[in-house]
Amino acid sequence: MAARTVLQQADITRALTRISHEILESDHGADLVILGIPTRGVLLAQRIGAILEQLAPGTAQVGALDVTMYRDDLAKQPTRTPSPTLVPSGGIDGKTVVLVDDVLYSGRTIRAALDALNDLGRPRAVRLATLIDRGHRELPIRADFVGKNLPTSHSQRIYVKLLETDGQDLVAIFDEEDHG
Amino acid sequence: MSLLIRAATLPDGSRTDLLVDAGIIAEIGSGLSHRGATVIDADGLQALPGLVDLHTHLREPGFEQSETVLSGSRAAAAGGFTAVHAMANTSPVADTAGVVEQVASLGDQHGYVTVRPIGAVSMGLAGERLSEIGAMAQSRAAVRVFSDDGKCVSDALLMRRALEYVTTFGGVVAQHAQEPRLTEGAQLNEGTLSSELGLAGWPAVAEEAIIARDVLLAQHVGARLHVCHVSTAGSVEVVRWAKARGIQVTAEVTPHHLLLDEQLAAGYDARFKVNPPLRREEDVLALRAALAEGVIDIVATDHAPHPIEAKECAWQEAAFGMVGLESALSVVQAAVVDTGQLGWRDIARVLSSKPAEIGRLAGYDAPFTVGAPAHLTLIDPAARRSFGVEHLHGKSVNSPYLGRELPGRVVATVHGGVPTVLDGELRSREEMAAHVGY
Amino acid sequence: MTQLRHLLSVRDLDRETAVSILDLAEDMADVATRAVPKLPTLRGRTVANLFFEDSTRTRLSFEAAAKRLGADVITVSAKGSSVSKGESLKDTSQTIAAMGIDAVVLRHGASGAARVLADSGWIDAAVINAGDGTHEHPTQGLLDAYTMRKAKHGDGSRGADLDGLRVTIVGDILHSRVARSNVWLLQTLGATVHLVGPETLLPQGVDGWPVTSGTDLDAALDDAPDVVMMLRVQSERMLAAYFPNEREYARQWGLDDVRLARLAPDTMVMHPGPMNRGLEISSAAADSARSLVLDQVTNGVSIRMAVLYLVLSGSGSTAGSEHTSGLSV
Repeated sequence: MAARTVLQQADITRALTRISHEILESDHGADLVILGIPTRGVLLAQRIGAILEQLAPGTAQVGALDVTMYRDDLAKQPTRTPSPTLVPSGGIDGKTVVLVDDVLYSGRTIRAALDALNDLGRPRAVRLATLIDRGHRELPIRADFVGKNLPTSHSQRIYVKLLETDGQDLVAIFDEEDHG
Repeated sequence: MSLLIRAATLPDGSRTDLLVDAGIIAEIGSGLSHRGATVIDADGLQALPGLVDLHTHLREPGFEQSETVLSGSRAAAAGGFTAVHAMANTSPVADTAGVVEQVASLGDQHGYVTVRPIGAVSMGLAGERLSEIGAMAQSRAAVRVFSDDGKCVSDALLMRRALEYVTTFGGVVAQHAQEPRLTEGAQLNEGTLSSELGLAGWPAVAEEAIIARDVLLAQHVGARLHVCHVSTAGSVEVVRWAKARGIQVTAEVTPHHLLLDEQLAAGYDARFKVNPPLRREEDVLALRAALAEGVIDIVATDHAPHPIEAKECAWQEAAFGMVGLESALSVVQAAVVDTGQLGWRDIARVLSSKPAEIGRLAGYDAPFTVGAPAHLTLIDPAARRSFGVEHLHGKSVNSPYLGRELPGRVVATVHGGVPTVLDGELRSREEMAAHVGY
Repeated sequence: MTQLRHLLSVRDLDRETAVSILDLAEDMADVATRAVPKLPTLRGRTVANLFFEDSTRTRLSFEAAAKRLGADVITVSAKGSSVSKGESLKDTSQTIAAMGIDAVVLRHGASGAARVLADSGWIDAAVINAGDGTHEHPTQGLLDAYTMRKAKHGDGSRGADLDGLRVTIVGDILHSRVARSNVWLLQTLGATVHLVGPETLLPQGVDGWPVTSGTDLDAALDDAPDVVMMLRVQSERMLAAYFPNEREYARQWGLDDVRLARLAPDTMVMHPGPMNRGLEISSAAADSARSLVLDQVTNGVSIRMAVLYLVLSGSGSTAGSEHTSGLSV
């Protein structure tokens, strides 16, 4: 069981700060809605929202977008419990929505998120921010803002731990044992 | 042809050989031999007198899709019975000499058991006018038991008249005790379970109140009364009270009421739907004790065949009834013999001599004596089997015991000297005819 | 989340599962507020409403719920006498199953019909009990509990149970499947239940139920319960001598204007509908601010969406087992 830490707390904080700057830079003046995808995406969205509030107060509202009901693999897993979807008071119509997730992998979660957004309203634009991009996309989806690119193989697993839920901030890669 | 039964254990516990010849018990002793006899090794087997069922539904005429006299007779023989009393709720109803003679003669023709038709109390079971009781008693069927079973003779005046009238012919009225107004649409024993399941209740008092009325009527007119399928502890108390006062009442209990309780209905499986319904555990225990004590005189099966579609549906759409001829002895063994409450000698009484006495059926009062008609059954009490459809020999399969482990197994049944079951298998009519020498 | 194969009785739900169904219904309720009030979750699934008894409101509620989840709905109205031969249930369910359905929502006049269908092996589909005889109406029990929880906890409802809630149910308990579902579910969720009605309409076995019961409505109301639920009483019961006439029933056990005025300020009024205005409940009571009757109807759709989701999604459901596994990591 070999686990390798690739990001420590300071790295994560730096990454989120950079992402927040990049968001402001690319969408300056826009009304922003930062929607985190549960579970850890919500926490990251809240941190980004806090940073944005310091940099440009009043520009961004923060919420959560649960995508369980839009997944394409529901029948292959045991029944999933959805989390609440919280759309900020200003809604999403005409806004720039920034989806936030912790790990971008096949891209299917984001596809589901786009479908969910479609049923909620009509944003002006949708951007994607992810803490980790580990490659292996199965759909034509790319992130606009990336904390760290981490090329991985299918047999590796990425663990993201956040202070609010796991007691510490770190990102680790875990190599599954060779089963010969 | 003769039969030589070696080393059978009789109801009194003694071991002996039996020689059956020309329809009677020809010899009893040890080390018997007889040239040309078919030998049955009965070592380890319990011999019982041929069982007599006072309450069976053979469904013929009219409901042949469920059972016929032939299929019902075969089922009875497989269960160790040599005589069955066939209830009158056929179509047409057995309320005239013609119908009962037909049923009796079918039974004789097929030859597996003696079929004694029961005559209806009222014409068409309508509960209004008496049926042709005298004609049925004096017919070739020699009816002695009269019952509207399936329905209750609820009208007090009609019940009084029936009790009085049958005494002329040495008969007995067998009452299905169920006050109809208290049990309209009833599905299951009235109690906590029925209220939880949302099924209309069949209160115990609907049975007990009729029995109470009937024993008082029987006392008043000095007649015999027989109570069918007693199912509650309260009913037992009424019968006990009546007997203590010298009232001529006899009572029967079914095997299923000795073994099964209402909790089995919790899954709405209509195999457990029966009339009277399965009751509480305390009723089951009271019935067992009453049978051991003699307050309940006999066991009778109330064998009630129904086609598959009558049970494969929602509970309240399903028919009431269970088949029981093939399983009766095993169930009784499980309920009261293996528990030590009754011995085989008691079983011989409650399943053979006493029902024959109530039904005024000759030939069962002195079994296992030289010269007596050879009606007997040999069972293996040590056997255990998972009761399955393969053990049913009638036309219907509505048994509540499917998949249940039961003790005991009928190895052989002999009816009037002719084996109807040998080596646990029903014999064909050709084999039976050959035995008699046709 | 617990996988439900069927929903036949609220007694099959433990506290955790029951609360999670109510929470799921909160999410479903939010869907109704969206620009596009639909989800694609059950796309490709077919739900059959098999109704042997008339019930426009329950049927429409299940239809709406299924459609909002993207499922296809077929409705079969198979009315017939509830004591007619059993071919109806077996043959009808097998016929529609042969057309390829994933779930049957069954409303039938015989108690236990849903369980008989689920246990029979006649069909593979999931079975949801929409009311079986006088036995249960599980989704009604759930939507009633949801309504009570919402009224008590408001926006803080998620995750909450009904501990400490005192509910009084009034009327024809004997024949009420709504009462039975409520009694068992409320008990699971921690509420206490008191039943009131004429002695003839309280089941003989009610002493074995986890409730208190009595015949005095005024005393029960003076006890200031949190919720008073009035049950519909059928006037045909007069003919079977359950009570003398409607006037006497209304006087003794009806929530009339006098009793309405004496209710404690926080007591809420509920009724599963349809209502006999003027018999078991006065118009004023039905339309008062304390009445949650319309909420019950609205909440019915959310609850039924939650139930359909639980029964039809996930690999443990009949749908899941039919899919071939694709490439996935």
